[in-house]
Amino acid sequence: MTYKRNIDRLPIIPAGAKEHNVTCHYCIVGCGYKAYTWPLKKQGTTDSNWIGEDLSKQQGAETEAWYAPSMYNVVKQNGQDVHLVIKPDANCVVNSGLGSVRGARMAENRRSDITGTQAQRLTEPMVWRYGTWQPTSWDDALDLVARVTARVIDKDDENDLYVSMFDHGGSAGGYENTWGTGKLYFGSMKVKHCRIHNRPAYNSEVHSTRDMGVDELNYSYSDYQVADTIMLVGTNPMECQTNLFLNHMVKGMQNGAKVIVVDPRRTVTVDSCEQVAGTENVLHLAIATGSDLALFNTLFTYIADQGWVDADFIANSTFQGDVAVPEDAAHPASLGSFEAARAACRMSVADGAAITGLTEAQIIQAAEWIAKPKEDGSRRKTVTGYEKGIIWGNDNYRVIGALVNIGLATGNIGREGGGVCRLGGHQEGYFRPSDAHVGRPAPYIDQLIIAGGGKVHHIWANDHYKTTLNAAEFKRVYNRRTNMVKEAMDARAGATREELVDAIVSAINAGGIFSVNVDIIHSQIGQAAHVILPAVESGEMNLTSMNGERRLRLVEKYMDAPGSAQPDCIIAARLANHLERVLREEGRVEYADQFKGFDWQTEEDAFMDGYNSGNPEVTYERLRAAGNDGVQEPVKGYDNGALVGTPRLYEDGVFTRHGREDGKALFCMGSWRGLQAPGKTQQQANHRFLINNGRANLNWQNWFLDQKNDFVMDRFPVPFIQINPDDMADLGLKPGDMVEVYNDVGATQALVYPEPTARKNETFMIFGAPNGTQGNVINAGTNELILPNYKQTWANIRKISDATPAAARVSYKSWEVEL
Amino acid sequence: MKCNRLVDVGRRQFLRGGVLGAAGAAAATVMPAGQAQAQTARAMVDYPSTRLANVADLAVNEPMDIGYPDADSPGILLKLGTVVEGGAGPDADIVAYSVLCPHKGFYMSYHAADKTLNCPGHFSRFDCEKGGQQIWGHATQNLPQFTLRVDDKGDIYAEGADELIYGRLSNVLQG
Repeated sequence: MTYKRNIDRLPIIPAGAKEHNVTCHYCIVGCGYKAYTWPLKKQGTTDSNWIGEDLSKQQGAETEAWYAPSMYNVVKQNGQDVHLVIKPDANCVVNSGLGSVRGARMAENRRSDITGTQAQRLTEPMVWRYGTWQPTSWDDALDLVARVTARVIDKDDENDLYVSMFDHGGSAGGYENTWGTGKLYFGSMKVKHCRIHNRPAYNSEVHSTRDMGVDELNYSYSDYQVADTIMLVGTNPMECQTNLFLNHMVKGMQNGAKVIVVDPRRTVTVDSCEQVAGTENVLHLAIATGSDLALFNTLFTYIADQGWVDADFIANSTFQGDVAVPEDAAHPASLGSFEAARAACRMSVADGAAITGLTEAQIIQAAEWIAKPKEDGSRRKTVTGYEKGIIWGNDNYRVIGALVNIGLATGNIGREGGGVCRLGGHQEGYFRPSDAHVGRPAPYIDQLIIAGGGKVHHIWANDHYKTTLNAAEFKRVYNRRTNMVKEAMDARAGATREELVDAIVSAINAGGIFSVNVDIIHSQIGQAAHVILPAVESGEMNLTSMNGERRLRLVEKYMDAPGSAQPDCIIAARLANHLERVLREEGRVEYADQFKGFDWQTEEDAFMDGYNSGNPEVTYERLRAAGNDGVQEPVKGYDNGALVGTPRLYEDGVFTRHGREDGKALFCMGSWRGLQAPGKTQQQANHRFLINNGRANLNWQNWFLDQKNDFVMDRFPVPFIQINPDDMADLGLKPGDMVEVYNDVGATQALVYPEPTARKNETFMIFGAPNGTQGNVINAGTNELILPNYKQTWANIRKISDATPAAARVSYKSWEVEL
Repeated sequence: MKCNRLVDVGRRQFLRGGVLGAAGAAAATVMPAGQAQAQTARAMVDYPSTRLANVADLAVNEPMDIGYPDADSPGILLKLGTVVEGGAGPDADIVAYSVLCPHKGFYMSYHAADKTLNCPGHFSRFDCEKGGQQIWGHATQNLPQFTLRVDDKGDIYAEGADELIYGRLSNVLQG
């Protein structure tokens, strides 16, 4: 039977319950929530409660006076069990009381000794001992990490230490924690061999827009509400930024906006736009996969040729001349003036149509909706959102540059109803010392590890096993190299610490790698670890992050950490303390001194040491007062008891993200060059199915808590792959059948979900699932700056099993609403 | 606002409900008002046993509007025509669900072609053949399904619910 909680009633929040500001820790939208806590033996009543409503009556739609069982739990607070309700905040400007299917399960996804939820959370440090992981103290675990690490690093020689560290906000990220790891690895040390949580190098996902002077988060969400046209490229906000779509884009459509969706797949977003705006106001450009650059260059050419450009803006705010930045190893395309870009990017409508598979009429229609001035001659306000469809697609640098070209040419950046912005994954929360020493292109860490690089590997909430490309080979090699160290440790059971460290170093020098895993759960790559350190998430600590419109908020700690788990920033500080001590013991005094400055006791200490040092107006106290609406960065001051922010960047027409003193934006001169990444064309030629891939509504993208959430796993016990029913018939497949997806680099599994709107030979598979890693079939090809190309992947498909018993019970009906 | 218009569509769909829907609504209103409230505080919620209809009143794939556990909690009673897990009646195909979307409480409408309930507010949808499983949507729970008992005369009684109904912190309202 379908999963049901059989909860008939819930405890009522009493008047006087503690109220905490919470920003959802999942996606970049950062919806506002309120966490209420109160003592276990207290409760409100139907006539005396937190909201002053008569709860003996049925409440109406959109009421604030109701919460779902998923919004309730019992957790520890200051050592006491308390009731916890985390419900959407009706007064937050971001979401206006809406909760997504992810965020509205935050309470249920807290660890609870009482209700048994999220028992998978790590609670104690563990070390590999006697052939398995054994719990131990923080000091013991960190001493081992410090002693082994100290053996492979030295002053100005830190290239044998590999670091995988998240750079995001929300969840367990945020300004406190990126500063903690950043100060350690980029301040005390200058670690070059590092990568970020979702890609195999330490690089920007949007180099080109930054190089052009345009920060990728330049608008305010309210711009969607006043736009004439909303252009969505390689993004599926109804599923991936749900309440940005429902609370801002829907309002824009209700106010008359037209919508252009560029996506090879008909997503739920396309259907929802049609429901709201009417099909006549929605243009779905279902391009051939990877042909975005041809489309944008064609649109740019056509718009420029029609004269639908903002000449004053181009003259005043963009570079005049020819080439400002020539193409080189760090720049996969030249950057320069509008006219130089017109010449470099020129593509006729006929050629654009041929490459994209669209009709010429569709392209011209799109150009008109984007840029054709209104009858009174005024600018069409066009706001553009893009995300992984192009970030993790063909020719990242040039594609994003080409899209920003259109925004610049039409004067739609820094203006009301405009903006060209990524929609984002996590929230952001990056504050670190310079990463310039890493270089550009950045080292391709995962391939270096496969090739034998690295001796000690510190991992901060990265799970390469689920979220890298060429994952099958990575796992094989990483298991082998870490097992070498495990075997060496097992062989020296009973040895002293000094003897054990010697044994580990011998195994490392023979090709092994010592793996330290900091995470909130025992992850898949954590299975290979030798030391495991438990971290906390927001709500278990105070945490600051900003959302997709740069809205900075403080999540207030509302519950205790699981066991002895610590904030990442504090773990980094204690690791620095131990490194300093060990180095001093070894007489490496000068190097030891580099690890000073980590005497933080709380996350607020880390915040003040880091973020506050660059933003002195911003303190916890002021952010608490700013509540769930927070303040939009950059913060300009503090006035009348409130932080003063910046709703929209570049309203003065001065572009600074590239660091150019002239403040002029640059255009990207990237011409179309087919499938750019190595091996893609050949893979396409040799395999039948496109394995498009991405996120879905129900689960958070890496499934870390959802893999133990019954509601989620009941719906999709195995990751799905959407296939056209005719293709299913060809392959003899039924809904729910388990298939193997296999190609020249690996194999993975999925359950078959029929999708009548899928084009033949084009499938869509969910990304990052624990029991069907899509990265196994993605080849190692990247762009010049080591941006992975996850999207353009081809493989064959064969049935390996009937549906699993769990998968046989679920619904396989269409996702598109029928009203 | 378009959204409100959509809500109105959903409400009309609920109120329309077909000829049999009127009978269903009448059946719901004969329940004594006091029965909807718990008599004493007990560990579990006491659900009323409410006669919704007779098997003979139902036509295949035509939902009947009901109110359960009380008239303020709209639902549908539905004979699917095919055996389903948890289905009641001689053909094991009768089911009943709340029609308030568990996301934000909008009235959902029934789409007979694929036997789903669909929300006009934010486009969530639920499968009436799979215990109310959310096919796609924003609700953090599957649809509350009402427990049914069919007696020897073919009378159908609702006697419980398996998820919290939107808009009430106790499925059986308490004073």
